[in-house]
Amino acid sequence: MTAPAALPGFGGFVAASMTAGRLVVQPRMGFGDPGRMRAGLARTRAATAHTAGTLTVDSYTRVGDLAAARAAVAEGSRLNGYPIAAHPPATTRAVLDGLFDADFPVQVRHGSARPLAIVRALTAAGLDATEGGPVSYCLPYGRTPLRESVTAWARACELLATTARPGAVPHLESFGGCLLGQLCPPGLLVAVSVLECLFFARFGLRSVSLSYAQQTDPAQDEEALRALHRLAAEFLPDDVDRHVVLYTYMGVYPRTAQGATRLLEASARLAVRSGAGRLIVKTTAEAHRIPTVEENVRALETAAAAAALAGPPPPDPTDEGDGEVYREARTLIETVLGLHPDLSRALPAAFARGLLDVPFCLHPDNAGRSAGFVDPRGRLRWARTGAMPIRPDTAADAAPPTSAGLLAALHHVADRYDSPRHRDGGDHDRPQATPLTV
Amino acid sequence: MKILLSGTASDSHTWNLVYLRLFLEEQGHEVIGLGPCAPAELLVAGCLRHAPDAVVLSSVNGHGYRDGLAAVRRLREVPALAGLPVVLGGKLGVAGHRQEADVARLTEAGCDAVLGEDLDALRAFLAARARKEVPA
Ligand code: B12
Repeated sequence: MTAPAALPGFGGFVAASMTAGRLVVQPRMGFGDPGRMRAGLARTRAATAHTAGTLTVDSYTRVGDLAAARAAVAEGSRLNGYPIAAHPPATTRAVLDGLFDADFPVQVRHGSARPLAIVRALTAAGLDATEGGPVSYCLPYGRTPLRESVTAWARACELLATTARPGAVPHLESFGGCLLGQLCPPGLLVAVSVLECLFFARFGLRSVSLSYAQQTDPAQDEEALRALHRLAAEFLPDDVDRHVVLYTYMGVYPRTAQGATRLLEASARLAVRSGAGRLIVKTTAEAHRIPTVEENVRALETAAAAAALAGPPPPDPTDEGDGEVYREARTLIETVLGLHPDLSRALPAAFARGLLDVPFCLHPDNAGRSAGFVDPRGRLRWARTGAMPIRPDTAADAAPPTSAGLLAALHHVADRYDSPRHRDGGDHDRPQATPLTV
Repeated sequence: MKILLSGTASDSHTWNLVYLRLFLEEQGHEVIGLGPCAPAELLVAGCLRHAPDAVVLSSVNGHGYRDGLAAVRRLREVPALAGLPVVLGGKLGVAGHRQEADVARLTEAGCDAVLGEDLDALRAFLAARARKEVPA
């Protein structure tokens, strides 16, 4: 968006695709076995879609238990991702050989609060694009104290920014637009995405992406994405290349193939409507197990086809970006920036005081006084905001959650899309909502 | 009963834990939650400290058989915890269906029940232990 089309690397690839009017689609794909990983990348590259490749890292590597990752590889146990720091760099280079190039950038997606080993491994393999953030890869991903994550992420940013190949422009995407994947109203998601990209820029990155995960209501999502574009323009330095990346729904996914496909297609339309440069897809296996290569390819092609049918992107994605989500996110961002000029101090301080408070998050450094709910129209709102400088919805039911109420709220989107009555027509993206307060 | 609820060592998912706490509390159990990514050592320390009547391990990230096995083996090494009822469930492997060889290994290591996603089975398992504990 702000980048010259000639910019190299991951950000440059997305910028050029946007100029050409093509949505980049990308899987969340990772296998323990290098041969299967390579086959997955090759099939991603060859898919009938404008794709970027992904190495999704396994959970042992994510939590820093490289010994367990190595042991699992040695035993031949199946992992839930590619153990990039357990395989020698030569193995990863062989996985990428002849596939990873200017026309097919590859990103490493991991979920680690202490990402140094992963960043070392990816740069050693010649890669320079990854994902994460000091908050978004900490609070949803285990028990690492937030302060340690912030320190580790500052170092990881510097390492990524300085050790990539000469001429490369390392790219870092914030996972702030997802957090726990569900029941977090958009204002906080947008705020964390912007704050983390600011953090990346302060620690040396010159190409970033701001994420947002599809939630319960398409109109609210569109508003959130416009707010994200607008706040990125307002807060990020002009010389930092940036784009917006949308994640297909990250909460409990529809169980039926039909429901899963419809939700994916709705996300592709949303991506186009709201000027996202890239979409990370979900497959029909999402609710059940790790998807196969085949299922990933089908998801990429389905999303690309839906995007192609969606019509032209908006001329100005920041247009109408000043609604409720914008105001909420802006208040949160300004509150955090006002705490300390150094974001690595301001972010932990904000959480310590509950000024940022992720709903339903069990992490010890999260205040845990906020809650989200799905309102009768299907929009995601605040039931409680704790000490955050924003207001809860007065319509919210203050009753404590029950297990059945929580499950119903978590399954709200899946149930809607799995329902045989779900119509694929003009009001396709409109919810048939029931009030669910948790 | 007093139940110690825990995620497994490599698993950071928490909605399962948030849900299971409510589910167990609604059945009248007292729940002590260790949270996600609990290494076997932390689990042992938690059991020794809180002396629960049963342990519920939940894993959905696909490493459940492997992490569950390491956790159960470690627990059973501690004499004081040799008889503590332990149940494991969730989305345990990456294949999307029950892996009998892995279940057998877990049972052999001393896991009392490997339940997958069946919450009725969990309710029944705990009810049976509660009856044993407090004879009518
Ligand atoms: C939300 C989500 C996330 C969020 C989690 C945020 C958080 N802190 O919790 C984010 C985006 C961060 C995330 C990350 C990851 N995720 Co995730 N996630 C999901 C998702 C979409 C929904 C999970 C959820 O909220 N469920 C709601 C709760 C209430 O249900 P539940 O967890 O299924 O638990 C129910 C039952 O399983 C059962 N149950 C659970 N435990 C127990 C225990 C007993 C004893 C019993 C009887 C029953 C039981 O009871 C619950 C109520 O019915 C699922 C897919 C889906 N279901 O749609 C994937 C999924 C669970 N994730 C998966 C994976 C692999 C990961 C990652 C490793 C990334 C990756 N490689 O793809 C990381 C985790 C990193 C780590 N260290 O482990 C896989 C697991 C694959 C598998 N088992 O084969 C899934 C299935 C997606 C997929 N198809 O690939 N994830």
